[in-house]
Amino acid sequence: MNPLTSHPGTPEVPLVQLLTPTGQRVENPDHDFAGDRAEIESLYRDLVMTRRVDTEAFALQRHGELGLWPPALGQEAAQVGSARALRPHDFAFPSYREHGVAWCRGVDPAQLLGVYRGSEMGGWDPADHQLALPNIIIGSQALHATGYAMGLTLEGLVGTGDPDRDSAVIAYFGDGATSEGDVSEALDWAAVQQAPVVFFCQNNQYAISVPVASQSRVPIVQRAAGFGMPGVRVDGNDVLACRAVTERALQRARDGQGPTLIEAVTYRMGPHTTSDDPTRYRGAAEVDEWRAKDPIERVRLLLEAEGTPPEFFTDLQAEADALGVHLREACQRIAEPDLAVLFDHVFAERTVENDQQKAEFVAWRDAIEGSVA
Amino acid sequence: MTVRMSMVKALNTGLRAAMERDPKVLVMGEDVGRLGGVFRVTEGLQKDFGDGRVMDTPLAESAIVGTAIGLTFRGFRPVVEIQFDGFVYPAYDQIVSQVAKLHFRSQGRVRMPIVIRIPFGGGIGAIEHHSESPEAQFAMTAGLKVVSCSDPNDAHWMIQQAIASDDPVVFMEPKRRYWETGEVDTESAPQGLWSSRVVRPGKDATLIAYGPMVKTCLDSARAAEADGLDLEVIDLRTLSPLDLEPVFESVRRTGHAVVVHEASRTLGLGSEISARITEECFYSLESPVQRVTGFDMPYPPSRAEHDFLPGLDRILDAVDRARAF
Repeated sequence: MNPLTSHPGTPEVPLVQLLTPTGQRVENPDHDFAGDRAEIESLYRDLVMTRRVDTEAFALQRHGELGLWPPALGQEAAQVGSARALRPHDFAFPSYREHGVAWCRGVDPAQLLGVYRGSEMGGWDPADHQLALPNIIIGSQALHATGYAMGLTLEGLVGTGDPDRDSAVIAYFGDGATSEGDVSEALDWAAVQQAPVVFFCQNNQYAISVPVASQSRVPIVQRAAGFGMPGVRVDGNDVLACRAVTERALQRARDGQGPTLIEAVTYRMGPHTTSDDPTRYRGAAEVDEWRAKDPIERVRLLLEAEGTPPEFFTDLQAEADALGVHLREACQRIAEPDLAVLFDHVFAERTVENDQQKAEFVAWRDAIEGSVA
Repeated sequence: MTVRMSMVKALNTGLRAAMERDPKVLVMGEDVGRLGGVFRVTEGLQKDFGDGRVMDTPLAESAIVGTAIGLTFRGFRPVVEIQFDGFVYPAYDQIVSQVAKLHFRSQGRVRMPIVIRIPFGGGIGAIEHHSESPEAQFAMTAGLKVVSCSDPNDAHWMIQQAIASDDPVVFMEPKRRYWETGEVDTESAPQGLWSSRVVRPGKDATLIAYGPMVKTCLDSARAAEADGLDLEVIDLRTLSPLDLEPVFESVRRTGHAVVVHEASRTLGLGSEISARITEECFYSLESPVQRVTGFDMPYPPSRAEHDFLPGLDRILDAVDRARAF
């Protein structure tokens, strides 16, 4: 399925692209990436490290260490480009595939594993990283982001002109999520409120097995107009374009000019999760077509042409290898969950029933363990 | 100071007090602003607190609860109004999958101090979807707390206590009691939010109810006096967590328990309460726990609701059944 022809009868919307698959910089009248080579090298590092997290976690699942993993392979540029446009005090609401966003927000990638190992339900403190927990129910986080953005407005943290105060929110979701009512409700209310939120849709072409053309009659970006906000369609495999487009949308939001819908056109190279078999619903030719648009390769070509020394790449390879070792070791160290402790987190204000059931469980477990010993 | 007022007014003054006390308290919902809510519970609040703190929302229940979640991440304490009981289901996912679970999933790092106000129950001659009793669906969801007030004084205090709670509270308001008046003591220390209370002491049987059925049970107890029966009536107030110690204590004395609610019988609150009484009071019981409830059918057209809803006759029949066992 070619996304540029995936909506029959509908005029296609051009993609913002600043870097071609062969590593050529291109101009765009509305969007520009102004960073220097060091900045691009830094983005490249995030792309490589994100991919390493992903491939390592995939392997851990295959070795039976994780119950499941939703790979982000192929979506690194969309995630890194957009997340790197965030300022520290901005806030992000992810779905469950935003490993690159978590990386950019300073989350130790090992903290991504607990949920998929079946050892915990969250992973990190949202306040530490300005990043909400992974959200598995499709699209509901778009509303959380909108609410958070409304809160920013109420607190006077929008449109003050002070870059240390003005803040914005980004909501991540996939193409399938745009079929959910929650996403439409979020787009509507955010537009009505002129809330400082950027809706970042990673159109990776499939909701598990269902292609985007079966979810939306029009390119997703075109929905923005109906809700009353600008929409931008960006090459989601182009980290420079994703960075530039998101930065501009976030700045609009911080300036008090309201929300933006970004459709990052990308491709999920791997399965939906490690339980999925994508060969049942898409052909090898299509995957090959997208492999030629790899988000990492094109940046490497650019950097090599710009004079980045070979040591940069070998050093980065070593760093990625070290991250792989860290992930494997950290995965083994993840503590088994203690049901007795989990009772303590059901409520902020504990209840008698809660405590009674905890005591009942602990007494039972102690008795069993006593009888075994 | 004691003032006589309706439950609507009592809720309104309670909300107002909570908003005055804490600038992080917000009121959100369909028509809660200029109109003051379809039942006028939020009347005048937008005028006094502004449209930033009293927000008319789009007609989108999932969005009302979903955006409230985002607001809690910035420390706000949203009080959202679901206009009618039967309209809560579009928000069900946000309530049970998000609000109820975020504290747990985050190991206590994220708090959800959201109050979800739901006018519930029948008896007002409304059309369909306007008279339902979905409380058990929330009470069975771990991570949510569910309460229901039954008179103006409780309404005034319980709404403030629910807002002050760091846990999410589904606040069920008995709409058929909205316009009944009672004394509200605006100064005395309120009863704990998570505790039931004996509203009428008695010795011959225990009636257990909450919300709209508390008054119906009190009326039944008064009617039973003519037959020389002395019925105890307990208002649960809190449906999750349940505070059943006063119930157990009562049933141990009376030997008979009758649970009354408008919601359908199967897996309603009465099922849980009956099981717990059996577990705790088995040797004190002189008869099986009786249930007087709505029937297992969608809420009927309102001209049939008088037969669907528990009334004095069905409650007193259940008492007779128990005592004749």
